Amino acid sequence: MPFLPVILWSDVLIWLLLLLAVVLGWLSARNPLWRTAWRRVGRSRAGMASATLLLAFAVVGLLDSLHYRPRLVADGGQGASAQPTAYAVEVLSLLDALLTPLRTRNEKTYSEPLATRAHARETIEVRGSDGRLQQTRDHPRLRYGGAHLGADESRRDADVASRVLQALGLALLAWAAVAVAVCGGVARAQGSGWRQAWRRVWRRDGDFAWNAVLAALAALLLLAMPVALLATDYHVFGTDKVGQDVLYQVLKSVRTALVIGLVTTLVMLPLSVLLGVLAGYFRGWVDDLIQYLYTTLSSIPGVLLIAAAVLMMQVLIDTHPQWFATAAERADLRLLALCFILGVTSWTGLCRLLRGETLKLRELEYIQAAQAFGVSSLRIIGRHIVPNLMHIVIIALVMDFSSLVLAEAVLSYVGIGVDPTMISFGTMINNARLELAREPMVWWSLSAAFFFMFSLVLAANLFADAVRDAFDPRLAGSP
Amino acid sequence: MSAPPSQHGEELLAVRQLRVAFAHGRSLLPAVDGIDLRLAAGETLALLGESGCGKSATALALLRLLPAAGRIVAGEVCFGGRDLLRLPESEMRAVRGGGMAMIFQEPATSLNPVLTVGRQLAEVLARHRALGGAAAQATALELLLAVGIADAPRRLGEYPFQLSGGMKQRVMIAMALAGEPRLLIADEPTTALDVTIQAQILELLSRLQAERAMGMLLITHDLGVVAQMATRVGVMYAGEIVEEAPRAAFFSAPRHPYAQKLFAALPDLARRGGQLQTIPGQVPSLSAMPAGCRFAARCGHAWELCRQQSPQWRQVAIDHRVRCHLDDGVASRGRDGGSTAASGEAVAVVAAAPALLAVDELRVHFPIRRGILQRTVGHVRAVDGVSLALARGRTLALVGESGCGKTTVGKAILQLLPASGGSVRLLGEQLGGGARSAQRALRRHMQMIFQDPFASLNPRLSVGEIIAEGMRALAVGGPAAGRRATNTAAVAAVLQQVGLPAEAAGRYPHEFSGGQRQRIAIARALAVQPDLVICDEPTSALDVSVQAQILNLLATLQGELGLAYLFITHNFAVVDHLAHEVAVMYLGRIVEHGRVDEVLRAPRHPYTRALLSAVPSPRLDAASEYIRLPGEIPSPAAPPAGCHFHPRCRQASELCRQEYPPPSRLSATHVVHCHLYPPPGEAD
Amino acid sequence: MLAYIIRRLLYALPILVGVNLITFALFFVVNTPDDMARMQLGVKRVTPEAIDRWKAERGYDKPLFFNDAASGSAMLSETIFFSKSVRMFVGDFGRAEDGRDIAREIVTRMGPSLAIALPTFIIGLLVSVSLALLLTFFRATYLDFWGVVLCVAMMSISGLFYIIGGQYLISKLWKLVPISGYGGGLDAWKFVILPVLIGVVSGIGSSTRWYRTIFIEEIARDYVRTARAKGLAEAAVLFRHVLRNALIPILTGVVVVIPLLFMGSLLTESFFGIPGLGSYTIDAINAQDFAVVRAMVFIGSLLYIVGLILTDLSYTFVDPRIRFN
Repeated sequence: MPFLPVILWSDVLIWLLLLLAVVLGWLSARNPLWRTAWRRVGRSRAGMASATLLLAFAVVGLLDSLHYRPRLVADGGQGASAQPTAYAVEVLSLLDALLTPLRTRNEKTYSEPLATRAHARETIEVRGSDGRLQQTRDHPRLRYGGAHLGADESRRDADVASRVLQALGLALLAWAAVAVAVCGGVARAQGSGWRQAWRRVWRRDGDFAWNAVLAALAALLLLAMPVALLATDYHVFGTDKVGQDVLYQVLKSVRTALVIGLVTTLVMLPLSVLLGVLAGYFRGWVDDLIQYLYTTLSSIPGVLLIAAAVLMMQVLIDTHPQWFATAAERADLRLLALCFILGVTSWTGLCRLLRGETLKLRELEYIQAAQAFGVSSLRIIGRHIVPNLMHIVIIALVMDFSSLVLAEAVLSYVGIGVDPTMISFGTMINNARLELAREPMVWWSLSAAFFFMFSLVLAANLFADAVRDAFDPRLAGSP
Repeated sequence: MSAPPSQHGEELLAVRQLRVAFAHGRSLLPAVDGIDLRLAAGETLALLGESGCGKSATALALLRLLPAAGRIVAGEVCFGGRDLLRLPESEMRAVRGGGMAMIFQEPATSLNPVLTVGRQLAEVLARHRALGGAAAQATALELLLAVGIADAPRRLGEYPFQLSGGMKQRVMIAMALAGEPRLLIADEPTTALDVTIQAQILELLSRLQAERAMGMLLITHDLGVVAQMATRVGVMYAGEIVEEAPRAAFFSAPRHPYAQKLFAALPDLARRGGQLQTIPGQVPSLSAMPAGCRFAARCGHAWELCRQQSPQWRQVAIDHRVRCHLDDGVASRGRDGGSTAASGEAVAVVAAAPALLAVDELRVHFPIRRGILQRTVGHVRAVDGVSLALARGRTLALVGESGCGKTTVGKAILQLLPASGGSVRLLGEQLGGGARSAQRALRRHMQMIFQDPFASLNPRLSVGEIIAEGMRALAVGGPAAGRRATNTAAVAAVLQQVGLPAEAAGRYPHEFSGGQRQRIAIARALAVQPDLVICDEPTSALDVSVQAQILNLLATLQGELGLAYLFITHNFAVVDHLAHEVAVMYLGRIVEHGRVDEVLRAPRHPYTRALLSAVPSPRLDAASEYIRLPGEIPSPAAPPAGCHFHPRCRQASELCRQEYPPPSRLSATHVVHCHLYPPPGEAD
Repeated sequence: MLAYIIRRLLYALPILVGVNLITFALFFVVNTPDDMARMQLGVKRVTPEAIDRWKAERGYDKPLFFNDAASGSAMLSETIFFSKSVRMFVGDFGRAEDGRDIAREIVTRMGPSLAIALPTFIIGLLVSVSLALLLTFFRATYLDFWGVVLCVAMMSISGLFYIIGGQYLISKLWKLVPISGYGGGLDAWKFVILPVLIGVVSGIGSSTRWYRTIFIEEIARDYVRTARAKGLAEAAVLFRHVLRNALIPILTGVVVVIPLLFMGSLLTESFFGIPGLGSYTIDAINAQDFAVVRAMVFIGSLLYIVGLILTDLSYTFVDPRIRFN
């Protein structure tokens, strides 16, 4: 086999989450109330535009969640087959493989976006016209950035411009293909002609905000396509202190953000749903105990509790190095531990909410009707209470995502976030924050992190708003 | 359009072709469709209609207070010589509260909870009468006295939550009067109140109106309230006014088929034991208004023209006009259309059958916890020694005002609440305690139907699942093998029993209207083949026409299946219509108990008498004088010593203040707890 | 009323005990003191003697709960649990790694923390409530729509960027105030103004949106319709009726953080080099100074519980329903 699949724990959880999402989708499709709620989300233009963007982020994250160790190519030529196959220590993902040029073409240090030369002057030896070595201080030529231009660096602008134009053309083509496909789909679903379908897609109050999806897709393609075409030969967002491509880093950060934002809820949900429902349904001493538990936990300021827990986890990891086969596994486990800690410290809010709602629900007449039948408490909780709480859970889930992504950055900055070797928005900002003070200023790393993080969180916030508007029974009636 | 101003005085309000619509997405749904109204000073125009007919939207449109989605599309509202719809907002504000004031349905939420009564009143005085400081205080006090609030100086400094429901509505009225309006709009002012409080408020409103010569636009769904209050009546249906008449003409000969049906659907003694007339179908939804007469689809007399063309106004008498294509001949066959079954027959089967349910001295007390350690310092005696007996095929109505503990009795019988004392026996077996399996077996003999058809069905389950739940839990229909198939068949059967199609099983509750949901709730109860059904106000959330359908259904089911009903209600008309026996509750105890004709025709307890006299009757010949009940129901946490009713009773004696009266048996079936009727043993 | 306060206070005690137990479990049960010593000393210097010395210096050489070697009450008091956890209730937090008394350090650092956090809190609250009222007043107009969009955009930006961007713009580019540092006396404002400004701006998005939601929810209530039916102007309705009622939910979120202002802000203080409790915490985390982190957790919870009690008290001022029950 050319590679050895590596299954990291966070991969398992990510794919599990995807599975859960599919199951949820299937369940939603069966229940008419859920279906109408999701249809309302589908009608929301801001919601669908942001969902498109989130989907793109999710694809990046999922590609980055298929890990393997490549087989080391033995130098022995013919005899290689006899040797036991050896695999690299380095764990790569499918995304890494796709981004191989970005990952491997490391410069020495900082370089500006699309630069052909380094950012800082260096003493370089140039063979003068007389054949002697001359020492001058200049920006050295980059090893990979714009290397295809050879000596003719002045051609860069023209090259960039032509690539951008090509890319825009390609983007338009791709977009048109998608738009036609959508139209065809709508036409078939409606049993109408193309012209009507086209008009339907672009109508402002359609059943599904196709216009928003297509607009978001257009924006995405128009931005991503030039970047993709330029990235083959340039460092589109420059390189950082150790010469690593910044575009590669922001793309890798996406997965970290997704894991933090999603896996945490996986820890949080069972705790808050179970305890909240139990407290609200049984009341009495169960309620007292659970209330005590969450008041106590929530009375410790979040950052401090996380700091204490992360410190202790660090001690645990440091004193047991034998637990981890590779550095990636170690970083991965630390990431999961962080999710776990965030989950344990943040379930209290949702738990309190669900407890209150359960208290209200249990007084409703359909619950009493079930009790009059002698239906067991467990069954009442499962059939009557939890399904009627799910809208709160879904709203909390999407609302928490963006705040968790933001929290990761802060925690990593404070030093209690992800492993320093793991690429994340937090570590990127942390590494780059002093660069603004350099002369001349290094701005690209920070800007790229800002731009990607902002678009991810903004999309998540807008999507969360759309979901909340669609699922909140108090808001659901209003247009 | 030709209705002349009535004899009362100068014209106050003239509404012409008012259209109101609600924005829904990008479309506008018409809620009020071109109505005309005229109102003179000193006159009360009652706008009568069922829920969703647009009567509240009309009232709010007059004040331009429609919610954000509401739009006034067209029309003219002439008030004091000006068209209100064309006034700038700042001038309109002077009209609101100053020229025209409004009272809302829900006094509990319509007052600002964090401001004192005095401040809320002073606000209006400052706005419309430029009164401030001591003058405002004095005027506010006068207003509170005018609306009959006891202890008025203290109430000025109190917050709404410290007042009872009736007092809150009095404060609302005082606030409405504070700007000295010439027109008072009262939107269902007594719907949220108990019947004795309703009587107080209605009396207050008519007194104030007479004193101040105000015009009043009274919006209500209650024919009894209309009969008592109105000078003229306008009947609304689906956004249109379909009939307009002086009170006497309307109550003696309503012309529009809808109005006639409304009367026919009212339960009362005349149709006792028989079937009520119902209006089939439902009010058309805003988004799908029929082109012709809007009532055509539900009208028994509809003919071709009705479905094609909307009828024009037709004058049928002085001041009496109607929008209907039918001519007089058809329209006059009216109120006696209902089948009048033999009334004596049902009553004749006197309780000879053995008791199905026997409740003995049932008590339900809720602890009150106070202080640092939350110790129990007292008990709310929600139910305090209630004894009942009910035989198969009989209906016992448990009546009383809110807070008297009647619902608690029902829930305690069903074991939804733990009893603090006493016993409940069903089929001779003790409920509560004992083996779980035996208890479970007993459960299937009794079921409950709840008040709110929207809260009593789980929105996430299909109708089939809802109905099958009880069968599965109580293992009705044999052991597990092949139960699914039998269940499906059983669900279809029970749906058919309540008049719903079998395919309803696959649908979800939100697809059904209120009346249909109540049918589903009945089907759910019937599915386990109970002997006893506890009905907790099953029709109080429904419109009159739908209520009639449900009452008919309940009566039919009783006839077919021999069910016993414990019917918990505050509506005497319903009691009169279907109960065999009546028990009247006051503060957790039964004060009077007997056959329906005994209790309703010859009430003995002063409370029962007051209660009955307070019910507004939807006829002209109703006895107008009613027995005023001072004050409101005391808290069940601290019931008055002696007879609980003595603080509100005119006939109370020293004995009443000291001792709770023992039962006095007036006949074999009629028992009353009152010192006025000493038990025969002690009488002499 | 008094009984109510006493009950709240009594309720706080078990919570504080619970916090203490959680911290103890986290710091001494998950990892043994030996683990901590090994971590602190680094891999190279780990010898059994060094570990023992490290533990002895910090008083971690005692048994966890029960000291068999001691007698009498010392059996309980000569333990890690007693000396490190129970002693915190009397304000004894022990010494930091650098040998300084933690309690004294905390007292001196509260001043600078408060100098930043208090103005940030007050100005932020005023600005957000006013903006929210403005948006509510213009609800369902373009101003409201774009205002909300701006709020969502602002809350999608990490706090780190606000600080980095603010420092860059105001201090580096425009050179208005010093980029970081802290001084006492009259010059203090120069150092305070930038962190406060950034703190206020970074909080505007989420809090304005939240307050607006509360106002909009409140405006849909029946009593607001009554107020309008009285003929009151929209501004009077908003200020006299809606604001008073909206204060109740707003207080829940706001009052509870007031005592926590003493703790300062981790980010702001570390970026601006302010010698407050926030930067103290960060330094302790980076230096893995367990004693300081433990002390901060305890103080933080204590302040939070004080905040909860204050919240309950504040209700009695704005909500007559609680005042009279």
